[in-house]
Amino acid sequence: MSENKIIKTDAPAPPGFSGEGFFATKLDSLIGMARSYSLWPLPFATSCCGIEFMAMMMPTYDLARFGAERMSFSPRQADCLLVCGTISKKLGPVLKEIYTQMAEPKWVIAVGACASSGGIFDTYSVLQGIDKIIPVDVYVPGCPPRPEQILEGFMQVQALSQSESLRRRDTPEYQNLLESYGID
Amino acid sequence: MTNEFVLEAIQREFSDSVISHSEPYGFLTLEIKKEDIKKIIHYLKDSSLEINFLTDICGIHFPENKEKEVGVIYHLHNMMTNFRIRLKTFMPIENTEVDTITDLFAGANWMERETYDFFGINFKGHPDLRIILNDPDLGYHPMLKEYRLEDGTRTDKDDKMFGR
Amino acid sequence: MKDNELSNILSQYDSKEQIDGQLYTLNLGPTHPATHGIFQNILTMDGERILHSEQTVGYIHRAFEKISERRNFAQITTLTDRMNYCSAPINNIGWHMTVEKLIGCEVPKRVDYMRIIMMELARIADHLVCNGVIGVDTGALTGFTYVFQDRERIYEMYEQICGARMTTNMGRIGGFERDFTPKFHELIKDFIKNFPKRFEEFCILLERNRIFMDRTIGAGPISAERALSYSFTGPNLRAAGVDYDVRVAQPYSSYDDFDFIIPIGTAGDTYDRFMVRQQEILESYKLIKNAYENLPEGAFHADVPDFYLPEKADVYTKMEALIYHFKIVMGETEIPKGEVYHCVEGGNGELGFYLVSDGGRSPYRLHFRRPCFIYYQAFPEMIQGSMISDAVVTMSSMNVIAGELDA
Repeated sequence: MSENKIIKTDAPAPPGFSGEGFFATKLDSLIGMARSYSLWPLPFATSCCGIEFMAMMMPTYDLARFGAERMSFSPRQADCLLVCGTISKKLGPVLKEIYTQMAEPKWVIAVGACASSGGIFDTYSVLQGIDKIIPVDVYVPGCPPRPEQILEGFMQVQALSQSESLRRRDTPEYQNLLESYGID
Repeated sequence: MTNEFVLEAIQREFSDSVISHSEPYGFLTLEIKKEDIKKIIHYLKDSSLEINFLTDICGIHFPENKEKEVGVIYHLHNMMTNFRIRLKTFMPIENTEVDTITDLFAGANWMERETYDFFGINFKGHPDLRIILNDPDLGYHPMLKEYRLEDGTRTDKDDKMFGR
Repeated sequence: MKDNELSNILSQYDSKEQIDGQLYTLNLGPTHPATHGIFQNILTMDGERILHSEQTVGYIHRAFEKISERRNFAQITTLTDRMNYCSAPINNIGWHMTVEKLIGCEVPKRVDYMRIIMMELARIADHLVCNGVIGVDTGALTGFTYVFQDRERIYEMYEQICGARMTTNMGRIGGFERDFTPKFHELIKDFIKNFPKRFEEFCILLERNRIFMDRTIGAGPISAERALSYSFTGPNLRAAGVDYDVRVAQPYSSYDDFDFIIPIGTAGDTYDRFMVRQQEILESYKLIKNAYENLPEGAFHADVPDFYLPEKADVYTKMEALIYHFKIVMGETEIPKGEVYHCVEGGNGELGFYLVSDGGRSPYRLHFRRPCFIYYQAFPEMIQGSMISDAVVTMSSMNVIAGELDA
């Protein structure tokens, strides 16, 4: 009988100095690791991409193994806003309100062509991309994107949350960005 | 229940309301005068013809037909004998109004609101005629032919490629 | 809120002090985890009881009817997918049948049977999601995970024929773009063999579950007369007791070759809607089995060179194929003038297409008769006097798909 190969799926430790009973690393890396593997998404599912998002939560593609076990429907308790589906101009103020209610740190993923740029609906009633009203971190193109693509987008937010500075809300670039959208 | 039977019954009762009739693809279609449309629908519903299911109400805009630009089209259905009929009524664009049929069919409420939203047709007697699907800030009735589809804020489309 | 309705409600209370203290307004939506889709309900409540509700819809209005005046017939198929996106093949095939009616095209028998198989798979997918979601709203989350596994298997079958999982853009005017591949035959044989057992696992979770029955029996009832007055069609009407099914009343695509029962309910409440959909899943399964076992040989598309793109190999070698390809893609084909109304039995009811053509490459007017839009207006009447948790379960049992509601 061949020996069973053990595949370790633990996250790798950040670079640091370890010894008997201690491990010294930067606080940033540790917090980044904790953040990225425990992101709570807020699914803002409006149309067809919402069903692919639901498929991604289900056992075949399983978002829960990435740490997003609990879908937070309350913006106050969510880390990551997943906008799945078409946003119309009527819904724009609602989306902005939800983004403003979220507490820092927060990231936004625009899932699907409609959220990224209006998609196939170049009409008078559809907002041509949510980046017209809120800042977006990751765009996942597709109509609808396969669940694996949405997972890739989610993994990019994980990479962002590991590598960004902890207090990015204090940086001048971020303040300017929010001001350009009229969010204070 | 054939097309001829129903057509003859309607023409007998309302001989001067029916402007024209045709049968495109076997579907009886009548054009009715604007003032009599509610009477005819009421008659179809309550008489022995029993055409008492409202399938749909929609609007249409023909900018070239003078005095008859905007139309309302009703699709009705008799489920027991599977008979369908289409009633059309046209009106000039300066004065688009027609009677509501919400007291005959409860389902006509939102259908008429949608037609009002898209074409600006005023349904007299409707309990709550206001915009339903569009943004209230839009300010115009978008399905009329003079309004464009796009809104102009799209930045990635190249006009040279799209032939505009 | 309309003044006379509110005054009717308020007249039950003795004094203004009683009213001010007791009634309050609750905003359910537009974004809310329990409303599957984006629509707002403003409820006037007395404690837990709902006295009055008012809806705002149109939060994903994408102006399909205006867009379709600028697209040619093949491009409109992609729009129809996105109306009821849980059962997109039914919308696609319904649209193709409307155009075939306009141009007067007869399709071969094999295409009819293939269409029946794809439409019934779509119907099963739609009803599975709806029933899973009714379970989620009563707290039973496991059923939803089982149900999505079956949906993934159905997606694999869609991928074999059209390449996409959900917004399928399936088929062409006159038939299908390719015949069933060998992998499809394998998948569907596996489906026919194993689906009843897997579906049984979902059924035993909820159908005779004491808690589920207590939650759903009596929630959101509607009588048959009111349902007909509101122009209900589909499973919601059948749960109220009226056996109207477009597949039986005016058969299309060879449905009259098959024998299937139409399940109906009695009270029109949530439990009846759930059970009607469960039965319909089993009936659809029987239809798929019969259609697949008796699948006739023949062409997988009709002979309409003006609308059906020719084989690519022919386009490179034969002159007429090249000309037809050019004419179809550039939109130069002659289209008859006229108006046609065609309806199919969608996942939610009678999905109708009213097409007015003036001979140009795009329709002059295309109107979609969307069942969700029409029956959602009955929601205030269905929940009046019930508690808020019943309202949530009623909403999910009506299967309101936001794409179809707003179009």
